[in-house]
Amino acid sequence: MDTAFSNEDLKFQSEIRDFIKTNYPRELRDSINSKRKLGKELSREDLTAWHKILGKHNGWSAPSWPKQYGGAEFTPTQKYIFEQECAKAECQYIMPFGINMVGPVIYTFGNEEQKTQHLPGILSGEVFWCQGYSEPGSGSDLASLKTSAVKEGDHYIVNGQKTWTTMAQYADWIFCLVRTNPDAEKPQQGISFLLIDMKTPGVTVRPIKLMDGSHEVNETWFDNVKVPVENLIGQENMGWTYAKFLLAHERSGIAGVARSKKAIERIKQIASSEMSYGEPLIQDPAFKAKIAAAELELSALEYTELRTLAKDSAGKGPGPESSLLKIKGTDIQQAVTELAMEAVGYYANPHLGTTLSNEYVGPDYATNLSGTYFNFRKASIYGGSNEIQRNIIAKMVLGL
Amino acid sequence: MNFDYTEEQTLLDNMVTSFVRDNYDWDTRCNIVKSEEGWKEENWKQFAELGLLGVPFDEAYGGLGGKSADLMIVMEQFGKGLVVEPYLPTVVLAGGLISKLGSEEQKNSIIPEIISGNIRCAFAYAEPQSRFDLNDVKTSAVLNGDDYVLNGFKSVVFGAGMASHLIISARTEGEQRSESGITLFIVDTKSEGLTLQNYPTIDEYRASEVIIENLKVSKDNILGKVNMAYDAIEEIVDISTIAACSEAVGILQVLKDSTTEYCKNRKQFGQSIAKNQVIQHRLVDMMIEYEQAKSILYMAVTADLSNSDERRKAVSAAKARIGKAIKFVGESAIQLHGGMGVVDEYMVSHYFKRATMIGVLFGNTDYHMKRYMTLTQSGISSSDEAISVSVT
Repeated sequence: MDTAFSNEDLKFQSEIRDFIKTNYPRELRDSINSKRKLGKELSREDLTAWHKILGKHNGWSAPSWPKQYGGAEFTPTQKYIFEQECAKAECQYIMPFGINMVGPVIYTFGNEEQKTQHLPGILSGEVFWCQGYSEPGSGSDLASLKTSAVKEGDHYIVNGQKTWTTMAQYADWIFCLVRTNPDAEKPQQGISFLLIDMKTPGVTVRPIKLMDGSHEVNETWFDNVKVPVENLIGQENMGWTYAKFLLAHERSGIAGVARSKKAIERIKQIASSEMSYGEPLIQDPAFKAKIAAAELELSALEYTELRTLAKDSAGKGPGPESSLLKIKGTDIQQAVTELAMEAVGYYANPHLGTTLSNEYVGPDYATNLSGTYFNFRKASIYGGSNEIQRNIIAKMVLGL
Repeated sequence: MNFDYTEEQTLLDNMVTSFVRDNYDWDTRCNIVKSEEGWKEENWKQFAELGLLGVPFDEAYGGLGGKSADLMIVMEQFGKGLVVEPYLPTVVLAGGLISKLGSEEQKNSIIPEIISGNIRCAFAYAEPQSRFDLNDVKTSAVLNGDDYVLNGFKSVVFGAGMASHLIISARTEGEQRSESGITLFIVDTKSEGLTLQNYPTIDEYRASEVIIENLKVSKDNILGKVNMAYDAIEEIVDISTIAACSEAVGILQVLKDSTTEYCKNRKQFGQSIAKNQVIQHRLVDMMIEYEQAKSILYMAVTADLSNSDERRKAVSAAKARIGKAIKFVGESAIQLHGGMGVVDEYMVSHYFKRATMIGVLFGNTDYHMKRYMTLTQSGISSSDEAISVSVT
């Protein structure tokens, strides 16, 4: 048992650190921070600028991708270090839809033309992807999805509605699960994996406002959308297999350990400034105990993640245990966003950045912490709700 | 970075696992805990033959030079078998103190005897008023000629009844709660002035109340320096806490696995109760708690224990977090076993009781939570830069 970094790992760590220091644009950090504080929507440029910089540097935008497809092919330890350093420096995180989701599906199941067409744009960050999975009637029961794709000549005609499409407002492409065989014996057997250009006539995106006022997700409508058959990934009606691969494939970082650590650090700083009973809030036994509980949980989770990574690097591959990382990781993210909101007392109230008020009020550190708390209720619901994750563990790990 | 055992550690793990499998089946264990002695000397001899009694000791004294990870391997397997022989009190706790503080002469005379299984030791530190505070020592030791005279009372001393020697913490100077002024004495359990009141514990181990009345101890039998024992006591209790946490993780694994099996087999309303989602999710949460407990144990075992601040922080984090897991996994195991959970005859309650008492040992969850907080949340200064960013 050895958790010390090797000299090589340490060298790698300082290489990453130096790279971030020299290359993460100060203006980007300032722009993102000031928008976040006012609860303002990040622009496509905000979301992709860092991705584009990493994309020009040894495939660092794609830590897990094999070198042959232009990725960095980091070892699990390197991935861990990379994520830690990016979180410490508060770099904008890379949108997962291209790099972590559709990219690996394309290089694993796609044909040569598809690889050539799509992988470079995903790597460089020039092409923005979104995910078309959920539908109004198909949330946890994803396999019941109804969006249909009917083959007519060399096209599929797609009709239906997807929902919760994150950042579809910026997307150039969407990867969709569509029903190609409504008569299949099992619902999972009639699903295909289709890539759709968002500029195709008949695609409409409508915003869904979340409870913090943010616009992250959308409804995406398909009205007789003509999609070339070349955009089918793998085989028709095999889409469910690819979707499952996608879910199990990229789990490193899913727990968000490094970012939660950083967030706890910030809460401690806030709680040192906030006063309660005439003393800094950080001295309050009840508040202190909650911070400590979050820290312990996070410390345990960090080692759970390291154990998973170590298993991964031994070629044993991440299994359904990654559901554990999702459950615990989001639990902690939610606990932490709640603590941050709690720390600022009354200044949880102001809702800035709306059309009604564009002025800063209250301490600088307090802005939008309540918005973030409300926003983060999503975490235990998305990506397979935490109840669904428990079902997965019950079936796949405990054999129930 | 890896969490694999070395070749030696794999051998050690296999050895302890087969000992427990071959010598510690449930009926055998029941007979041991019901016996007058409460342990089996034959098992102890076998520990000696297998080299287990030498795991943490320096090679210079015939030990294996093992570290916390090696003790973890032994204790985890002992936990799985609910092995009651006094390994933790003798080898880890008392043995640790002797290794840390003993003179060359003391180490040369005592350690090989422990390793060969000829003697056992126990550490008498807690007092009725001290609760978990190692610095709260009323038992007094007063110099009288070449001897110290000890008077006082020690509470719940594990393994004392099986020990040939006791290490006693006593106050040679200072106030009742002062860290300085504590001295360790090593004495024969049959010494005049020592009275042991032996009893079984709720989890079927053995402990003793130790009454000390005008106990004469020669200066030669001081362990370490006069007045200066506190740091070593804290360190060795920390190391022993990791060992106790390892035992707990072994127990939690049994509780989680056996409860899962039980729920698969138990049929009600015409089907296995594990078909109910409410049961499945409880079992999943037990598994998650177990994994988190194991992870934080690994954190503690791989921490830099030679750095005292890091050691304190890691140990208290592990004990507090594992304490929480013990409560959840233990109580859930009993609940899901239904009526079978609450009877003495079935195994699960015994694992639950032992895990719960490990929760108390060396300080409970609240105690370690407070220690952890004291170590991590003092002297935070507000920095002007990072503070202004939101929390996502």
